[in-house]
Amino acid sequence: MKILVPIKRVVDYNVKVRPLSDQSNVDLNNVKMSVNPFCEIALEEAVRLKESGAATEVIAVTVGKQASQEQLRTALALGADRAILVESDTLAEPLVIAKALAKICEDEKPHLIILGKQAIDGDNNQTGQMLSALMGYSQATNASEIKLSADSADVTREIDGGLQTIKISLPAIVTTDLRLNEPRYASLPNIMKAKKKELNIINLSEMGFDTSIRTELLSVELPPQRAAGVIVESVDELIDKLKNEAKVIS
Amino acid sequence: MKILVVAEHDNSTLKGSTNSTIAAAKEIGSDISVLVVGNSCSSVATEVASLDGVTNVMLAEDEIYSNFLAEDLAKLVESVSDEYEYILAPATTFGKNFLPRVSALLDSQQISEITEVVSSDTFKRPIYAGSCIATVKSLETKKIISVRSTAFDGVVVGPSEAPISNVASLDSLNISSFVNEDLAVSDRPELTAADIVVSGGRGMQSGDNFHLLDSIADKLGAAVGASRAAVDAGFVPNDYQVGQTGKIVAPDLYIAVGISGAIQHLAGMKDSKVIVAINKDEDAPIFQVADYGLVADLFEALPELDSKL
Repeated sequence: MKILVPIKRVVDYNVKVRPLSDQSNVDLNNVKMSVNPFCEIALEEAVRLKESGAATEVIAVTVGKQASQEQLRTALALGADRAILVESDTLAEPLVIAKALAKICEDEKPHLIILGKQAIDGDNNQTGQMLSALMGYSQATNASEIKLSADSADVTREIDGGLQTIKISLPAIVTTDLRLNEPRYASLPNIMKAKKKELNIINLSEMGFDTSIRTELLSVELPPQRAAGVIVESVDELIDKLKNEAKVIS
Repeated sequence: MKILVVAEHDNSTLKGSTNSTIAAAKEIGSDISVLVVGNSCSSVATEVASLDGVTNVMLAEDEIYSNFLAEDLAKLVESVSDEYEYILAPATTFGKNFLPRVSALLDSQQISEITEVVSSDTFKRPIYAGSCIATVKSLETKKIISVRSTAFDGVVVGPSEAPISNVASLDSLNISSFVNEDLAVSDRPELTAADIVVSGGRGMQSGDNFHLLDSIADKLGAAVGASRAAVDAGFVPNDYQVGQTGKIVAPDLYIAVGISGAIQHLAGMKDSKVIVAINKDEDAPIFQVADYGLVADLFEALPELDSKL
C-alpha cells in the first residue's frame, strides 16, 4: 500500500506574525520556516502505518517555492521514502495545489493520501477536501484515529459535538487533527540519510492547467486590540462590576 | 444577486450557525435561498422558512443524507448551484467538511471563514490563527464562502414565511458510510451558542476540579470550556476546547479560570464582549485581554464566587 503525504512549508508556529508596514502582506522577512504542524502529524501517521507493515511506501509531496525542498528533506528525515516538489514561483491557492496533487495522484496511484486539516498560515482548511472531490475519492477530515484494512479504513473524526466514526473506501483522503498522534523528532543519522533520498522536481507551470490567481489580497492588518482592563481586588468587586458596570449577569 | 445558503442542523433543529450565515448573506444581497439537506427534516425547513431574509427554502430528504457525509452532500449542492452567484455555509466542522468539495466541483476558489462583508466581492478573514486580518477580493464569478458564525449576529424570525420546495436527492456515491457517533450530552448550552462561557485551564490541576466550574456554570446558565492545555492534560474531552484548534466562541461573558492565555487560546475567545480572568499569576498574558482580572488562587476564588452568585 502506497501512502502520499502532501506537506506545506509555513512560518514556524512559534513566530508571532505581523503585517508589513505598508499592510500589503504579512512580514515574512527572516522568519523561521517549518513543516506545517498538521502535516507533521499526517507524515507521522503514514510512517507509523509503514512501520506496522500496513503500508509499503510513503511519498512526501509539496507544491511550493524552491525553498520548500528544505521541508521535503525534513519529511525524508522523518521517514518518507522519497519526495516530490511541484515547484511554483508564487504561493499557490488551495484549488491550484489540489489540482497539482491530483496530477501526482494520477501518476503515483496512492491508496491513501494523508494531509493536515489546515495550514497554519492561511487557515483555509480546503486542500484535502478539494483533492478528494477532484479525484472522486472518499474523505475523512479531522481524523483522531485511523484503523486501516485492505480496502477500507475506519476513521474517527473530531466534530463540533464530539466524535464521529465513518468507514471510507480506498483510495481515500484523510485529513489530520491534533490528537491523531505525536510526531517524532528527526534523528541526526536520519537527517544524514535523508540527504541521499530521491527528491524529484516538477514545474507547476508545465502541469497543464490554469494556475492564475483567483483571490486578490488587498491588505493585511492587525486585529482590533482590546482596551486594557482593570484588576479587581476581590470576588465581591468582580461580581459588582459584572452586575452593575458590564451588566452581563443579573 | 442570488445567494444559496446551506443549512446546518441535526435533522430536528436548526443550528445557530445557519442563522449567522444567513445574516452574512443579507449583507451581500437580498435574494437568499436556503438548502436544507438531511433525512426526515421537514421541521427544519419550516423553521428556516420563518427566518428574516430568507426568500426561498429548498428541502432534500433522503436516508443517504442522514449523517451529512461530505461526498453526497457536496454532489447535491453542486446539482442545485447553477443559478446562484454565491454559495455560503457555516465555517463549522459541518461546513468545512463539504464546502471545499463544492468549490473543487465548480472550479471556484473558496474564501474560508469570513468575519466581515466589505462589499459584494471583498471580505475580511483572520489568518495566522487570528494574528492578522486579511482583506481579500474574490475574482470568481461564482463565489463560495464559509462564514465564521461568531462574527455575525444570527437572523431571527421575520415577518413572512418563505415558500418551501422539494429537491430530488441523487444516487449515493457509496464510497463512505456512517459507523457511529459519540456526542457529548449536556443540559448546558452549546459552547458556540452560549451567552456565557466558563473555561478552565491547566491551573484546574485535575478533571475532578472542573466541578467547581460546573456549579458556577449552572448558576449562570453558562457553557463550560477548556484550554488546549487542559484538554491535552486529559482533564476534559476535546469537545470542551476553546481556541484556534478547538472552538471559536464570542459570548457576552467569558470567564477564564487558571488559563495563562496562550495565543492559540486567545484566538478562540478574544472576540467575547466581556472577558474575566482569574489566575494566581499576575503576569499571565490572559490579563492583557481581560476586562476584569482577579489575581487569586482559583481554589479559593471559585467557591467564594459560587456561594455569592
